[in-house]
Amino acid sequence: MTQRTVELSILRYRPEEDDKPWFQTYQVPCDEDWVVLDAINYVKDHLDGSLSYRWSCHMAVCGSCSMMINGDPALSCKTFIRDLPEGPVRIEPLANFPIERDLVVVMDDFMEKLQRVKPYLIRSTEKPLEEGQHLQSPAELKKFKQYTLCINCACCYSACPQYALIPEFIGPAALTLAHRYNQDSRDQGRDEREDVVASNEGIWDCSFAGACSDVCPKHVDPASAVQQMKIASTVDWFMRRLGLGGGKS
Amino acid sequence: MSRKPYVREISHTTWYLARRRDLLHMAQEVTSLFIGIYTIMLLWGVKALSEGPGAYQVFLDALGSPLVIAFNWITFVIMLYHSISWFSVTPKAMPVQIGEEFLPGGIIAAGHYIAWVVVSAVIYYLAGGFNG
Amino acid sequence: MARSNKPMVWSLFAAGGTVAAFVMPVLMLLTIMAGYGQLTDSLGYEGMKSFASGWMGKLFLLVVIVTCLWHAAHRARTALHGLGLRADKAVAVIGYGIASLGSLLAVFYLLRI
Ligand code: SF4
Ligand code: SF4
Ligand code: FES
Repeated sequence: MTQRTVELSILRYRPEEDDKPWFQTYQVPCDEDWVVLDAINYVKDHLDGSLSYRWSCHMAVCGSCSMMINGDPALSCKTFIRDLPEGPVRIEPLANFPIERDLVVVMDDFMEKLQRVKPYLIRSTEKPLEEGQHLQSPAELKKFKQYTLCINCACCYSACPQYALIPEFIGPAALTLAHRYNQDSRDQGRDEREDVVASNEGIWDCSFAGACSDVCPKHVDPASAVQQMKIASTVDWFMRRLGLGGGKS
Repeated sequence: MSRKPYVREISHTTWYLARRRDLLHMAQEVTSLFIGIYTIMLLWGVKALSEGPGAYQVFLDALGSPLVIAFNWITFVIMLYHSISWFSVTPKAMPVQIGEEFLPGGIIAAGHYIAWVVVSAVIYYLAGGFNG
Repeated sequence: MARSNKPMVWSLFAAGGTVAAFVMPVLMLLTIMAGYGQLTDSLGYEGMKSFASGWMGKLFLLVVIVTCLWHAAHRARTALHGLGLRADKAVAVIGYGIASLGSLLAVFYLLRI
């Protein structure tokens, strides 16, 4: 197997010693089929045990290894070194989040926003057990399947210019999660979710830059979900003004 | 162990320069200024029209000034950019599901591009562009 | 959290973006031709007058002007915020004010034709 030595330039931040982050470079002998995470693991195992970062599955499923690679948010386990341009590889913690230590960021805000949209099936009327399960057709499943693929990697928050400028913005993944349940034929909770979704800090803070969809490693397309909700919420708004329902204001 | 999370500040005035994607987005937002100025020009034309032939001639003469022509050429290019980028994202806002499958976004966008050409040709025809 | 009233301006923004995408390039082209003196009969005073006298013509001009003005005002607000101007309230009042005034003027002028 061919090897190539790649220079990794990694942003370090050790809260006990550092006042601000700084770049440390490592020379890593990389195999042809390595992803960035492999190179970082090499650093940790052979060059510098003090480096902190998150990862678990190494197969683009757990969503924990996201970081900025050459300035763009990506999963380090899904980014092949051979696909990157020659020269040093710049690695930083996810943008738009505070740095806890090295490549580990504080994700509390993201987690809290995911919960705010009530991401679970809500029923106004519970069907008695003896009436059987809630059947769903393949067409009904297709309406939201794509949005279930989100792995909460937060790459979209890192790319979203509006989240960068407006920290209160609920943001792409959480809004998309709301849409996922709104679109589910078994769910009746859309009106409840609209309190968060259709507020100023919800969909209306999105400027449809589409950056979230560009970087999403699972092709969830949050920008699309948010736009669809803008249209639906606008229809609601006019219906309400015309006294034709459309939920409470 | 005490925590000391580090917050990276971003510049609120130059953030979009760092990445091509953000720069393109900002360019799209700025097209709105040109749309606004041109619309005000249209409004002025309507005003002139309502005031009679003399006023309308003044408006037409103004359209011929080099400054206005230069602005209009620039705006024309910017409008093309607006149209192309607007139609390219329309499928995202309005996906179409037929039976089980969603129509590929490319088809919806293509439909809009075709409609765009037809609408433009009709307006051009009605304005006498083809026999002028 | 209270639901936003943004749908009011957003719907005009979206409508204006679509209208502009469909008709602005060709309108620009005609304007440029007029600027070079390549005036067709339809774009001359009599032609335009008879076009704008009919309700179809009035409606066309009104829809283009009103939706595009609101599109511009709303998007310029986001753009200026993105460019670092934090006086969002003032920008909104001025932008939407111009759009409202322009819309009223459009109705006024068109009714006089
Ligand atoms: S489309 Fe909306 S949510 Fe996605 S990156 Fe742009 S502003 Fe953020
Ligand atoms: S929507 Fe995509 S980018 Fe955002 S958290 Fe989910 S998987 Fe990651
Ligand atoms: S390690 Fe699980 S997504 Fe990369």
